[in-house]
Amino acid sequence: MSQDFKGKDLVAIRDFSKDKIERIMDLAEKMVPIAKGEERSKLAVGYVQGSLFFEPSTRTRLSFASAMARLGGTTLGFDQPGGSSVQKGETLADTIRMVDTYSDIIVLRHYAEGSARLAAHFANKPVINAGDGAGQHPTQTILDLFTIRKAKKKIEGISVALVGDLKYGRTVHSLAEALALFGANLMFVAPAALQMPKETLRSLEKLGVTPKVFNTIEQALPDADVMYVTRIQKERFPDLAEYQKVAGSYKINNALLKDAKPELSIMHPLPRIDEINPEVDQTAHALYFQQAFFGVPVRMAILALLLGVID
Amino acid sequence: MTPIRNGTVIDHINFGMALKVLKIIGIKGENVQSTVSMLLHVPSKKAEWKDIVKIEDRELDPRELDKIALISPNATINIIRDYNVAEKFVVEVPNIVKGIVRCQNPGCITNQNEPIEPEFIVESKKPLLLRCIYCDRIMTDVSDYLI
Repeated sequence: MSQDFKGKDLVAIRDFSKDKIERIMDLAEKMVPIAKGEERSKLAVGYVQGSLFFEPSTRTRLSFASAMARLGGTTLGFDQPGGSSVQKGETLADTIRMVDTYSDIIVLRHYAEGSARLAAHFANKPVINAGDGAGQHPTQTILDLFTIRKAKKKIEGISVALVGDLKYGRTVHSLAEALALFGANLMFVAPAALQMPKETLRSLEKLGVTPKVFNTIEQALPDADVMYVTRIQKERFPDLAEYQKVAGSYKINNALLKDAKPELSIMHPLPRIDEINPEVDQTAHALYFQQAFFGVPVRMAILALLLGVID
Repeated sequence: MTPIRNGTVIDHINFGMALKVLKIIGIKGENVQSTVSMLLHVPSKKAEWKDIVKIEDRELDPRELDKIALISPNATINIIRDYNVAEKFVVEVPNIVKGIVRCQNPGCITNQNEPIEPEFIVESKKPLLLRCIYCDRIMTDVSDYLI
């Protein structure tokens, strides 16, 4: 089994089959006590993770560093290109060639779409895409799936409402496709201008899934088992007043949640601005902080498999 | 148009694309020593209208043919030798498009001075659908993005 992973890149979620994603989630399950610090691991002692973050990131970068440390390995790299040779105008290709010789696995966050595919082209070691601009963010997708599976014991048949900006956030597109692959029922809640693009709807149809499309949260709320909230970005709107009107109608608070199923779980990739009122944090609906934690065991599983230190 | 002795006749060009075809084959003026003729908006039996380009003393290389296929998938190439049609074929869109089209996504890594050639998988030939292997962006009209 490990041969299916060892040395492979993880650039886009579709690089991995459903079986492989399940294998990652099963292993992530076993990693949870180690990620919590209740157990110790020496699986990746002596291994080095090259961590190149050309864009700011808190959760993704720290959870990768934590994941590698929990496996006994070390991390080198930078969290902003300033001060590195990148600032002097070095190409990404050259930076990757260099880090490839200093490390056993490369984690890349870059502002340009397709940068991780380029890195995978130039690196001999496995490359993990930790977000390439508006492109893919596959480890986020897998940890989202893992979080749903952990909270609901399964993904198949679970009704998931994706809420917010469904048009521009391509991580939401990959998540929708992955959820469809795992047999979830999908609901899309967004203002008309920010609804799921036609191409994504078409690929979902190919997977045999017909999502329900709504304009307001209230319409989707009674049936939802999981509500996945994303941020609506101000810069998407030419008119500030229009933004405020739209964003205001996609806020989650306790009054709204009165009509929800008691077991409804709310997820958010974070950081949130004001999409979820902090009063919701105290309720049983809030799953987003746990979701952020699951980034560690899921990334431990991915690192261990791509490094080939586990079968 | 007078018949040409040696050279290439490109027929069934999508109308409006003849000037782009001239650009593809590098007809710029000072470098051309032979006759180049062009017919625009000619009635066509296959489509409603077409363009035609004739170039004397010139045959096309595969890279030029691929580019013509991308902007005019029904174009036919007639290679003329000594006033006779020596070869005639329809251009063909390749399965992989590498190094001849720029990605239209300005945020794509291939537009950032990296040492790589842009590359696309042809998801569909008619209608044309190219997917950038780097950023995943789908392109349908490449006429303004030829390299």
